[in-house]
Amino acid sequence: MATTPVVKQNRIGLSVIDYRGSKSTLCAGCGHNAISERIIDAFYDMGIEPEHVAKLSGIGCSSKSPAYFLSRAHSFNSVHGRMPAIATGAAVANHKMLYIGVSGDGDTASIGMGQFVHLMRRNLPMIYIIEDNGVYGLTKGQFSATADLGSRLKSGTVNELPAIDTCALAIELGATFVARSFSGDKKQLAALLKAAIAHNGTVLLDVISPCVTFNDHEGSTKSYKFMKDHEEPLHDINFVPAFEEIDVEYEEGTGVDIELHDGSKMHLSKLEEDFNPTNRIEALKRLAEARENNEVLTGLFYLNANQPSFTDRLNLVDHPLGTLPQETLRPGKAVLDALMDEYR
Amino acid sequence: MASIDVALNQGTDSREDRELVVNNFSIQVATVNGSGSQSANSVLLRTIFLMGVPVSGKNLFPSNIAGLPTWFTIRVSKDGYVARKRDSEILVAMNAETAAEDVSKLKPGSVVIFDEPLKLEGLRTDVEFYAIPFDKLVAPVAPEPKLKKLLRNMVYVGVLAHLLKLEMPELETAISKQFSGKKRATEINVAAAHAGYEYAVANLKQTRFAVQRMNENADKIIIDGNTAGAMGALFGGVTVVPWYPITPSSSLIESLMELLKEHRVDAEGRATFAVVQAEDELAAIGMVLGASWAGARAMTATAGPGISLMAEFTGLGYYAEIPAVIWNVQRVGPSTGLPTRTAQGDLLSTAFLSHGDTKHPMLLPSSAAECFEFGMKAFDLAERLQTPLFVMSDLDIGMNNWVSETFEYPETPLDRGKVLSKEDLDRLGSFARYKDVDGDGIGWRTLPGTEHPNAAWFARGSGHNEKAQYSERPEDYVNNLNRLDQKWKTARTLVPAPVVEHATPGAKIGIIAFGSSHWAVVESVDQLKKKGVAVDYLRLKAYPFSAAVQEFIVSHDRVYVVEQNRDAQMLQLIKVDIEAKDVVRLRSILNYDGHPLEALLVTESIVNQEAK
Repeated sequence: MATTPVVKQNRIGLSVIDYRGSKSTLCAGCGHNAISERIIDAFYDMGIEPEHVAKLSGIGCSSKSPAYFLSRAHSFNSVHGRMPAIATGAAVANHKMLYIGVSGDGDTASIGMGQFVHLMRRNLPMIYIIEDNGVYGLTKGQFSATADLGSRLKSGTVNELPAIDTCALAIELGATFVARSFSGDKKQLAALLKAAIAHNGTVLLDVISPCVTFNDHEGSTKSYKFMKDHEEPLHDINFVPAFEEIDVEYEEGTGVDIELHDGSKMHLSKLEEDFNPTNRIEALKRLAEARENNEVLTGLFYLNANQPSFTDRLNLVDHPLGTLPQETLRPGKAVLDALMDEYR
Repeated sequence: MASIDVALNQGTDSREDRELVVNNFSIQVATVNGSGSQSANSVLLRTIFLMGVPVSGKNLFPSNIAGLPTWFTIRVSKDGYVARKRDSEILVAMNAETAAEDVSKLKPGSVVIFDEPLKLEGLRTDVEFYAIPFDKLVAPVAPEPKLKKLLRNMVYVGVLAHLLKLEMPELETAISKQFSGKKRATEINVAAAHAGYEYAVANLKQTRFAVQRMNENADKIIIDGNTAGAMGALFGGVTVVPWYPITPSSSLIESLMELLKEHRVDAEGRATFAVVQAEDELAAIGMVLGASWAGARAMTATAGPGISLMAEFTGLGYYAEIPAVIWNVQRVGPSTGLPTRTAQGDLLSTAFLSHGDTKHPMLLPSSAAECFEFGMKAFDLAERLQTPLFVMSDLDIGMNNWVSETFEYPETPLDRGKVLSKEDLDRLGSFARYKDVDGDGIGWRTLPGTEHPNAAWFARGSGHNEKAQYSERPEDYVNNLNRLDQKWKTARTLVPAPVVEHATPGAKIGIIAFGSSHWAVVESVDQLKKKGVAVDYLRLKAYPFSAAVQEFIVSHDRVYVVEQNRDAQMLQLIKVDIEAKDVVRLRSILNYDGHPLEALLVTESIVNQEAK
């Protein structure tokens, strides 16, 4: 008797295959592929319906990656640096969906800077991931604006301009969940992504994601080796989703407990136990210190779980605007007649 | 020789006699901007409107908040002509800086009302001067000194009421309407108007120009095109409105915001709409596309500079086939200069906006009523055609007040285009986003959030196959381009067809015009008729052109394309479309000085070109 192998399912009865995308066309070993894997796992673990997710991107290697996860989710590959506008329009038209945007350091910190800052400022409910490798991959390895001062291209060219710290900027501008991670830090990235899914507001997740082809050499500050040597995690992150009714008791004084908007919990422990990411000024100070010390600080820098999101502020009806029926959309003839009388 | 005297045909009686001129003259009010004359001019316009007389108003204003010269012209025309008229017979000279020049431009027999200290009476002997002691008149009626400046304007309205035989009760009604029935503001302004009126009755003889009651305005309204467009959007079911302020389009969105707040909030106070002030026009169009992709009826409004910034996204919208409604309230060119002057100069840049093979449908409203109509229809067309669509208004239509027929409530339901629901997918199993299953070049789409495992598709630029999968294969790209061209052919049949008005059977001359030029052309057609020149007239309502345009051109020996830009942009668009052998029939009439088109320019140009 043939037996069907038991396929593991998540809480909504889907298997991890239901969260996969098409085969990646990025270079073997590209950090972006690891991030796609973590995204697949996070959405699977959180039991999110893929049909309730929209994936958005701009232009660049990073922006190709939405094709490589969640094929059952709608997707919009927009123009260079302008994904935030597409996301804003979509989130306003259908505030019931979960939005995840994937951008790169060029797509965000150079051509897309204008839209990036306004997205952060609005606290649009979405996960905004920067797959950050310090170079333009698709155009073959020019420096981006997140490249560190003094870092070196393969050709020997030295970057003489300071890096833009997208995390510090995001905190300054009003994003309510700001974290940095490393594509090679599987555990931390997975925990942050799951927490990001649970958050209501703008999540800015800057993930150092080495470019194996153009920026993984000696002299690069975004290489696998450099990250292994210089990554300074702020804490260990334990994420417990709201639907898992587990109450983990942590020993007093062993870290910081935070509750997210949907009731999920995070326990930050071990390394810098006194660092409290709900304090915006402390977060900015810690990031500034890290810059002074040439550390690549990772972890959750800032969280404000109670700030209304952009769509909350619009005070919208429950039904998505995009599919409201004609009865709601077109006022009756009496309204037009009254308007005409007003202008007589 | 083209020696023409069409001025008389336009109805302006400039002879220096005392013959009464009834309901056929123009008033020009010269002020500085920021002086509050707009209210007074609106009251003047409405008073004439309430007397049942055809009237139109045009505000020629600078890009400035206070202190620069502004001219407001009001044309009274018993024949119903509303285009700008070359000469004004009544000048209200309130601006010391321009007064001498304004007076020098008048034809003999005109009338000048001026502020006494300007001492204009010595400038000419062939016009009539009326010196008004505004300061003296306004002092007793201004409750606070700071109101004096504003109330001076209402004093000249009162003076004009006597000089032009306006009916005071209608003037009072107009004031009350202007100040939305606010008691104190109404009383103060009525008092100021009366101060002017009574001074004039006691001291001034009436002019030979008079407004006499007619009955032409029953069931009509006074409205600007931007407000009308906003109403169209409201009844068209707009839900998402991202925008960036730019003259002359801002008032369209501001009106829309008011309408939405009033009419699209549910019983619990929650909104069925979202207005988002974007960081720039790039973001505004991006938000429109994002919202439309997610199923919303989204629109934005802008002007030429904003259109330029929308170029890249518009191309993406064209290739990803996302609906979008973009109002282009056209004005004169980039940056500083004449942003508050009218033009029809964005036709080519809008029609072919973006890069690669792109072309976009445009609607061409010529009136407030059409701004309303197209404000609704634009959504139906954009969703049906799944493409960015532009409504090409202009400053003249958008910001000036027009007497209009009342707007008609839509008879047809919203057309949401080809959208597959979950139930459709349950039945079909799957779909191919960009496959031409109906032969009209338009595929079926699904909206994000459709709860079916096969509902999702990947929106991206030109590189995709029928299933919306990434593809760089030449045959996929060609297939896509050809289908988009098929869609363009469908668009020709769906956009509003042109209106053709035949003069006499077998007329050899045709005119093609559109948008705000229409009003000068209808007047010009009559002027030409009086001169024995028979012309047929085709008014374009949309691009791409329907077959009727080619037919009109081939049935006339010479066709004059009238437009408000330097490079004959509409003529160029027509050239692209018609058969090469017919191009020689086309001639051009252009106006690009920033002022609304006047009939005489069209008439003179045709007479001159015909004489060659």
